[in-house]
Parts: sequence; C-alpha cells; structure tokens
Amino acid sequence: MCLGIPGEILEIDGHEARAEFWNVEKTVRLDIVGDAVEVGDYVLNHAGFAIRKIPDEEVAETIEIYEAFLEGDEEEALEEIGATDATLEFGSRPAAVAEPGSVGAGGPDDGVGPDGTPVDGGSDDGD
Amino acid sequence: MATDATLQFRDPDAAREIADRIDALMADVGEPVSLMHVCGSHEQAIAKFGLRSMLPEGLAVRMGPGCPVCVTNMPEVDEAVALAEDGAIVATYGDMYRVPGTAGSLADASAAGADVEIVYSASEAVELAEENPGREVVFFATGFETTAAPTAAILAAGPPGNFSVLSAHKYVPPAMEVVAELPDTDVDGFLAAGHAATITGYGLFEAFVEEYEIPVVVGGFEPLDVLLGIERLLEHIDDGRAGLENAYPRCVSEEGNTAALETMWEVFETTSGEWRGIANIPDANLAVREEYAAYDARERFEIDPDVGAADPLTEQCICGDIMAGTADPDECELFGEECTPRNPVGACMVSSEGTCKIWLEYGGRPDL
Repeated sequence: MCLGIPGEILEIDGHEARAEFWNVEKTVRLDIVGDAVEVGDYVLNHAGFAIRKIPDEEVAETIEIYEAFLEGDEEEALEEIGATDATLEFGSRPAAVAEPGSVGAGGPDDGVGPDGTPVDGGSDDGD
Repeated sequence: MATDATLQFRDPDAAREIADRIDALMADVGEPVSLMHVCGSHEQAIAKFGLRSMLPEGLAVRMGPGCPVCVTNMPEVDEAVALAEDGAIVATYGDMYRVPGTAGSLADASAAGADVEIVYSASEAVELAEENPGREVVFFATGFETTAAPTAAILAAGPPGNFSVLSAHKYVPPAMEVVAELPDTDVDGFLAAGHAATITGYGLFEAFVEEYEIPVVVGGFEPLDVLLGIERLLEHIDDGRAGLENAYPRCVSEEGNTAALETMWEVFETTSGEWRGIANIPDANLAVREEYAAYDARERFEIDPDVGAADPLTEQCICGDIMAGTADPDECELFGEECTPRNPVGACMVSSEGTCKIWLEYGGRPDL
C-alpha cells in the first residue's frame, strides 16, 4: 500500500535510524526525509525510508487514525515495514505521543486524552 | 480549510454530515457525476468502510491507474524474469512477485530454481549485493514517487558495483492526463493520493487542472478524509469551476518533500512507455539517467525478453478497462473464478493496491 507507516525514532546513526512501529523495531533510512530528525521524533515511513517528519502536535492524531485504519489489516502493515513475523501492539504508545519531545515514559495502558494529554502516567519503560 | 479543523475522526455524525452535504450538492448538480481516485489505499478505505453505500445515486467513484504494480507492463516483468533466469539475484517488492509476465512470473522463475528475493526496501536489496559480492543483484524497482525517491537515494548514495536497478517506476501526473483524454472515460474530478503528494506536493497538479479544466482535490485515506475529498470535488463541480484543493493539509504541502524530489530527479528522468492495458503514456515512466548508467540494469545487461505468445486468459482480462475507469471488476468474467489472488491472471488481482484484489477481499462489489 502507499500509505507509509508512522514510527518513532529510537536511535540515529548517520543516514540510518532504528524506529519503532507499535513495538516492532526496524531500520529506516533518513536520506530523503527532508527535515532535521531527532530521537523521539515520529516519521512517516515508506519502503524502509522516512519520507516525512510528523509534526509533534500531529503525532497523537496520526497514530490514532492509523490504528483505526490498520485494525484488521495488521498483516499488510507488517508487510509494509518488512516484519511479517512480528506482531503489532496497538494501544501501547510511547509517551512521546502525549508529550512531544520526550522519549520512553509510557506504559502499555497509557492512553491519550481527547486534547492530546496523557490519560495516565504509567511506568517508565525506557528506550 | 475551515471544514477540516472541526472534523472528529471516526465520528459517524461527522460522516453523516458530510454525506448530507454530498447529497445536497448532487441534487444541486442535477446530473450524474463520475469521480476518479488514483490510489489503492483510497479504494481500500472505500471498500473497508462501505463508503459507496453512503453516496447518492448518480455519483460514481472509481479507481483509476492508482496501482503501480498493476500498470507495470508485461515486458518489464519479462526483463526481470530473464535476468533471474540468467543467474542474477533479482530482488523486488512482494507485490511484484506473482505478477504474470508473458511466460511466467518471478514466482514461477523462483520455483524453477532462479534466485528471486522479496525485499521490503531498496536498502535490503543493497544489503543482498553486499552479502553476495560474487553475484549480480538486480533490484526490480516498482512504484510511484513514494518508492522512486527511495530507489534514487540508494543510487545517489553509491551502492556496491554488483548492484543495479531495473526501473519500472511510474510517474502519476501524465497518466491522469491520458485517462482524462480517453474517449470512453468520463471523469468530472480527480481525488489525488495524499501520500504520493507528500513527496510531490499538491502544486504539481496545477498545470493539469488548468489544461484539462477538471478539478483535483488531494485527499487522505481515512474514511472521513475520503468523504471530505469527494465533497470538496462536488463543490467545485457544482460551482462550475476547475480548482485545485488540498483537503489533506496534515500531510501535504504545496511544494512537497523537496529533498526527496531533488534526489528523485537527480537519478531519474521521465520517458515514454506502455502502462499495462491502458496506453503508451508519454513521460510517465521513470528511467535511470545516463549519469547513473553504471547502475542501470538495462545498460549493464543485454536483456532479450521473451515476448512469446499471448495467453488467451490474459486476453480476456479487463484490467486495462478497470484502471481506465470504464469497467468494474465484477464485470470481468474471470473475476473470482479463473482469476484469484492465488492464481492471478491480471495484475489488478495481485497487488494489495489492485482494485480486483480489494473487491474480492470485501466480497465482490463493495458497497455494503
């Protein structure tokens, strides 16, 4: 599909980065993302390349839309990120979703309120 | 856009509200309207969320040539198969694996002992070349701008000498012009694909809108985004103006991803070529520029594709008409019978972005 999948940047090494997609980790390239990208940012990925940095204020909504759209089509999303043997874990959003710029403070039960603020603190699972 | 900010996604009331506006606009227009989108993900949203059932009588929304795998021409598949049979490792996206060539698909070549690897990214194809220094690795590269830019980035970064690209990349805007000119195709408005436009920017469609006087609205893939795109198109049609609008400002800017575009045009240039079943389209294929000829599989190898005799089933296949917007999948005699995702006759049944596969997945004509 031509959607691209949003993921969080965990680690950057030159043109390559490790990114997390609903608890599935993959390598993505940053050659053509066109924006300065830092650890904790969310990027839209297509065929192994980040093609757009998702602005902080749009991350929560973007993730929510994707979860709604991908529900029932997880296999296709996994194909898109090249991880067909993995399992996407919806609902386990890193806290960067709720708190732009910060990384790793979030637990599996965390939610995001309608105004984009975290509903519950949860435990720190690091990155 | 004013309407965009107030929408709550997955909100049935909002969907109903847009559907009501669509009803009112259709009543005002007073004649049948035919819209075309060019994105497999749009078709998936329409099928999955039953959007056609919300549309009033007289409003048709069809998928055009929005599936890059589907428009990949048979000789291009034949080239990839020939290279695999000649001993190269051919790497390609999963969607391409089962697409029939004249004599067979890459899957058939693999079954007969050729080395065909499915990769999810151009980077993985480069890794294959690094891991197999004594072998030629050919990346059979397909897709629109969203995958052409990554392929370009790989070549611009200087891959190993045993790596090359067999480009079947396509460029959408000229294809929209061809579809707009097809005598039997009636398109009153185009819903352009939001994610391709993430790369290209929506400004790209300005020339098309001016020349063909057909409105273009860039829309997202979320169900409400699709409905909103349809509503915006109807506004333009009702007003009798051909405008260009970005109904997907979340992801799409006027100029697009300029870094990606620069890389893409540094490596690729447009060339004419056949889009399977549709037409020979000027400037809608992306070929590797001379500066990168060392990585161009068509320059590196003497490819003698076997054009063979046409398969009678392929002749019955109406993929071309479906992509031109003049027929629906369930009008094809092969649909769901001889042609299934497991044993596809036409490419529209192979790719997850193909209209036939999407329709079959949702039980036929997906309007419930």
